[in-house]
Amino acid sequence: MTTVVTGLGVLAPNGLGVESYWKATLDGRSGIGPLGGFDTSRYAARLAGQVRDFEARDHIPGRLLPQTDVSTRFALAAADWALTDAGVDTGALPDYDMGVVTANALGGFAFTHREFHKLWSQGPEYVSVYESFAWFYAVNTGQISIRNGMRGPSSAVVTEQAGGLDALGHARRTIRQGTPLMVTGGVDSALDPWGWASHLSSGRVSLVDSAERAYRPFAADATGYVPGEGGAIVVLEEESAARRRGAPTVYGSIVGYAATFDPPPGSPRPPGLRRAAETALVDAGISASDVDVVFADAAGVPELDRAEAEAVRGIFGPRRVPVAAPKALVGRLFAGGGALDVVTALLAMRDGVIPAVPGDVDVPDDYGLDLVHGEPRQARLSHALVLARGKGGFNSAIVVRGTTADN
Amino acid sequence: MNEITLDDLRRVMAACAGADDSVDLDGDIIDVRFEDLGYDSLAVMETVAILEREHKVKIPDERIVDLPTPRAMLDEIRRSLTTAS
Repeated sequence: MTTVVTGLGVLAPNGLGVESYWKATLDGRSGIGPLGGFDTSRYAARLAGQVRDFEARDHIPGRLLPQTDVSTRFALAAADWALTDAGVDTGALPDYDMGVVTANALGGFAFTHREFHKLWSQGPEYVSVYESFAWFYAVNTGQISIRNGMRGPSSAVVTEQAGGLDALGHARRTIRQGTPLMVTGGVDSALDPWGWASHLSSGRVSLVDSAERAYRPFAADATGYVPGEGGAIVVLEEESAARRRGAPTVYGSIVGYAATFDPPPGSPRPPGLRRAAETALVDAGISASDVDVVFADAAGVPELDRAEAEAVRGIFGPRRVPVAAPKALVGRLFAGGGALDVVTALLAMRDGVIPAVPGDVDVPDDYGLDLVHGEPRQARLSHALVLARGKGGFNSAIVVRGTTADN
Repeated sequence: MNEITLDDLRRVMAACAGADDSVDLDGDIIDVRFEDLGYDSLAVMETVAILEREHKVKIPDERIVDLPTPRAMLDEIRRSLTTAS
């Protein structure tokens, strides 16, 4: 049973909508800039990948505005776009044939910050009743489900930056168990003052003040990452069901997925990323030599970059596969990261081009990585391996097959 | 504030539970059930919470489920205002 991708919805710091994001990514246009919305002058880091020009009332029913955090507004809009792209008439399909699985790592920070401020300064009777769910990791799944009348098996996964891939993996599992259509993916946003302070507590955020230099995954002088917001929601369908309803576009298929946990700190065992990737290849029934491009987790933290390089080198051999890190243009999007990378992989396969990290990147020789940087690279792409790691020991890998693989 | 009108309620409903093109709160809504206006139980709770603050009254939570329409809600608030004064 094959799981195909029939609809894409993207909300990224460098572009709203799939084609706008994809053009910006190929042009090397970054969405990283000074964090706006509050005074950041006393914070150690001041750059973020911020979604711009998203006017919620243009995309979300007025009824939903008082009860939604910015992250949920992103999720609802991206889900709408994905369903429109897929040409799905939700009213024409049985409620129980459509499910939702989204990932979220951060919850509704900005909403909760505002309500907690009321709690402390005015009293509990001033706190919105919607705080009861607006903060919650599962709220995006719930709101997408309610808005679109989708009552099939639905859930939420919380595995930090690995979540976007885990959501797609679980959606594929749900399709195999008999639900023909799943809306899945991930978005995150926590760029209010409280969310920002929480980001900084990771100790991995770059303190460099130059938007061009702050987030340089795999560079010898990498200094950490830049947090971003946004992500992607996609429509997955069982292939024959998609064909039956006449889905206008098949972008590709999710052919392999695996997730692993790292051993505890101090353990002599290696990290789990390589095992996740290899298990996903086995699940896909392909070998490493069939993979045409790897979309890296690209932590931007030297020891994590080194560990990922070691995993990729171990699987493929030194410089044997092109490695893409388009998140250098948007920052790390948490649950949105893996989902957006899968969309990017599908577009790369569609158009036969691997997006580049802009500029020159001095990758240490012993990483053994063929990092695509400078200019996008033309290539015929049949299979992409997408990797993601979440803080706390999560590793996930997805193998995506493009439609060119069938020709 | 010891009086409350349907317009007060309309304003609070729009502010706290949102409004969009699907419902015309300016129409004749006094006897329309909240659920038919697209306001679920949480939206009704949020509306009552704001009215309680603005009018300095307290509606017991268990009474809220018995307020199916704007008329019922206004009557309940007015009763509380009378009791309070």
